[in-house]
Amino acid sequence: MENLIQVEGLTVERGGKRVLEGVTFAVPAGSLTGLIGPSGSGKTTVMRAVAGLQRHVDGLVRVAGFEAGSRAAREVVGYQPQRPAVYLDLTVRQNISYFAAMIGVDSAGVSEAIERVSLGAQAAERVERLSGGQVARVSLAIALLGSPQVLLLDEPTVGLDPVLRDELWRLFASLASLGTALVVSSHVMDEAERCERLLLLRDGRLLADAAPGTLKAETSTQDLDSAFLSLIRQGRP
Amino acid sequence: MWRQVAATARRVLLQLAHDRRTSGLLLVVPSVLMTLVRYAFTGQRAVFEGVGPMLLALFPFTVMFVVASVAMLRERSNGTLERLLAGPAGKGGLLAGYALAFGAATLLQVGVVLAVSLWGLSLKVGGSLWLVVLFALLDAWLGMALGLLLSAFARTEFQAVQFLPAFVLPQFLLCGLLVPRDQMAGALRLLSDFLPLSYAVDGVSRVAASGALTGALWTDLVVVAACIPVALALGALTLQRKGE
Ligand SMILES: Nc1ncnc2c1ncn2[C@@H]1O[C@H](COP(=O)(O)OP(=O)(O)OP(=O)(O)O)[C@@H](O)[C@H]1O
Ligand SMILES: [Mg+2]
Repeated sequence: MENLIQVEGLTVERGGKRVLEGVTFAVPAGSLTGLIGPSGSGKTTVMRAVAGLQRHVDGLVRVAGFEAGSRAAREVVGYQPQRPAVYLDLTVRQNISYFAAMIGVDSAGVSEAIERVSLGAQAAERVERLSGGQVARVSLAIALLGSPQVLLLDEPTVGLDPVLRDELWRLFASLASLGTALVVSSHVMDEAERCERLLLLRDGRLLADAAPGTLKAETSTQDLDSAFLSLIRQGRP
Repeated sequence: MWRQVAATARRVLLQLAHDRRTSGLLLVVPSVLMTLVRYAFTGQRAVFEGVGPMLLALFPFTVMFVVASVAMLRERSNGTLERLLAGPAGKGGLLAGYALAFGAATLLQVGVVLAVSLWGLSLKVGGSLWLVVLFALLDAWLGMALGLLLSAFARTEFQAVQFLPAFVLPQFLLCGLLVPRDQMAGALRLLSDFLPLSYAVDGVSRVAASGALTGALWTDLVVVAACIPVALALGALTLQRKGE
């Protein structure tokens, strides 16, 4: 299958410190990959490198065959940063319409994005008047605009209730079944269960790259929480 | 590209429209300051006639400098700039959109301050009214362009606001408002030749005095007009796609 994301020997320095070291993985079209690991392990840095936003990057990072951050690669990627990057003083629809215009998506695409994140009732509301989880969904809707081939979602479900989380994970799975390559970072292990495949980061190194079932079997554990604890303890120098 | 310019201009104007206080201040501050100056020099008409035209250049310049630099800085600090640059958006189109939106707001601002000064405060200008309008607009656009450029060098809003005393006030002191430029010490005179605001202020005072389209006036006009696209182009170059 065609690899939409290809990362080989990715090493990144931030603030004079090495925060990623020799990370290698590939993500094929039509897949849902979970990026997990403790806080500060480098999940956001991986996403930024693939989105072409990270400086001091060593190694190979390609998106749909193009160098990350190049014009052609940027056409293909939808990126939801961890911190919601939206205009607080504009309404939900104004925010989404603006980003849509910047990438050439029409107003039908805007309405579709609003529906996908269930913000129809808030469309005319200013973002500064929304709850944290609603703001995060505005930010997600922007990443979904134009159905990009590659979706990088940095903790898209933080602060959402179980019903909404379930809806969004269904959405991610359906996008994957339609051919999108999704990388979703998360802290929550019951979410990790919903991925076909998990990348486990610790201290900037990739500790594991396998399906949730395989990870549990290899560590002889019943749930992912224990599997990760076990892996992280094994990996400790 | 043009679609992106138009979308960005529209979005920036929407934000201005939502922020009543900022747009109100933007529109009335230069006029209020002109009125203050007029009554501070009450009984000294000649002084007001002398400095009034220069202030027509300075007040809109300053207001637009601050508004533009803070707006651009906010775009960077709330993460939307990075998000835009992660997509296919070009830096030039983004900056041009900002310039278009603030440029349009400037038309209103300069219209108000000119109406107040010329009719409300009976400021007399010797030369053509259209040249006064042209210079006042160019000066405000110059302030906007420099503000967009300088915002790239500020990491926080505190730093951006500090550029006013650090970058604009020296130009104030050397532009000929306080001391005519030909009476300054040689080194300062030379320095003032390199500051765009000097030409902006020279230009309006020349127009106010006689208004003949002399060679010197043309120089002022061309220098100010040329600095605007140069500052905007440099501003686009300093927008960074990649961050630490
Ligand atoms: N702007 C920055 N400048 C310097 N160092 C940074 C910066 N941002 C993050 N780091 C460092 O890079 C490392 C990885 O950070 P990153 O944000 O990728 O972690 P993360 O796995 O996304 O964490 P979290 O789950 O808390 O979001 C951390 O050790 C952090 O200290
Ligand atoms: Mg993170």
